[in-house]
Amino acid sequence: MAKLKGAITVNVERCKGCNLCVAACPTDTLSLQPNEVNDRGYHYAYMSNPDACTGCCSCAWVCPDACIEVYRVKID
Amino acid sequence: MELKDIIKEENKVYSKPELLDDVHMHYCPGCSHGVVHKLIAEVVAEMGLTEKTVGISPVGCAVFAYNYIDVDWVEAAHGRAPAVATAISRLWPEDVVFTYQGDGDMAAIGTAETIHAANRGENIVMIFINNAIYGMTGGQMAPTTLIGQKTATTPYGRRVDLNGHPLEITDILATLPGTCYVTRQAVHTPAGARKTKAAIKKAFENALTKKGTSVVEVVSTCNSGWKLSPVKANEWMEENMFKHYPLGDLKVD
Repeated sequence: MAKLKGAITVNVERCKGCNLCVAACPTDTLSLQPNEVNDRGYHYAYMSNPDACTGCCSCAWVCPDACIEVYRVKID
Repeated sequence: MELKDIIKEENKVYSKPELLDDVHMHYCPGCSHGVVHKLIAEVVAEMGLTEKTVGISPVGCAVFAYNYIDVDWVEAAHGRAPAVATAISRLWPEDVVFTYQGDGDMAAIGTAETIHAANRGENIVMIFINNAIYGMTGGQMAPTTLIGQKTATTPYGRRVDLNGHPLEITDILATLPGTCYVTRQAVHTPAGARKTKAAIKKAFENALTKKGTSVVEVVSTCNSGWKLSPVKANEWMEENMFKHYPLGDLKVD
């Protein structure tokens, strides 16, 4: 069965660190940066566990600031 | 497989809609407004209505919606969005006109305009963001505030004897013959956001085919006004708001 492998990029300056993407992610791929902040002082989201990402887009659908881009490939 | 092999243009499956301008939105972190803006931008682009859509922005948190979605906009006086939408949809009948209103705009100061525009069956779409509080002015009680809900003006919770009952404006609109589609959705989960997008699309199709007034209520959070974190606000909404404002279609003609 083909396996899906995904990855996301976060528009760091647009992100407000609301944590909704982290809560929506079914594979616990995402976290908020524990130390780093963007120009506005928000702890932005990032892939803390990139191997788990399946590219399901759940994070992107709930993101209020549209700062997540999702990429997905099929691996045979 | 390396990340750089996955992150390529041809593998992209989701990105910010082009119609959503690349500016910083003034909304609080986690605000439902952002999700609904994004869904409207996606629907307008997918239906090819970029040049034919006119939005009416309200007074309230969403007053700056015209800065964020790249379609034509008119900013109406407080509560008067359905009246302005009526004029535009009658003068430019080939355009799709939608209002974007909060609970204060639609269910308090603009109740008369809302009900009469729907009763006339104007070919407009009303998008109603119901977060049961006045977010912009500092979290005062709204007509849609739940019984017992604490706000800045009901610090011990809303009381029926003092403040009356929550106003279910969407249920009232569903009883009017002028409305063709009345639905209540939420955008707190990916599935909810998908359903809301489908509802907005259906409402825009109704406006294109001149079927009457469509109302899409989005039960939303106001985490700043509710004094909760965005994730906790979503949980509070599921536990309390959905009991009083159950999701689903109220009227489909």
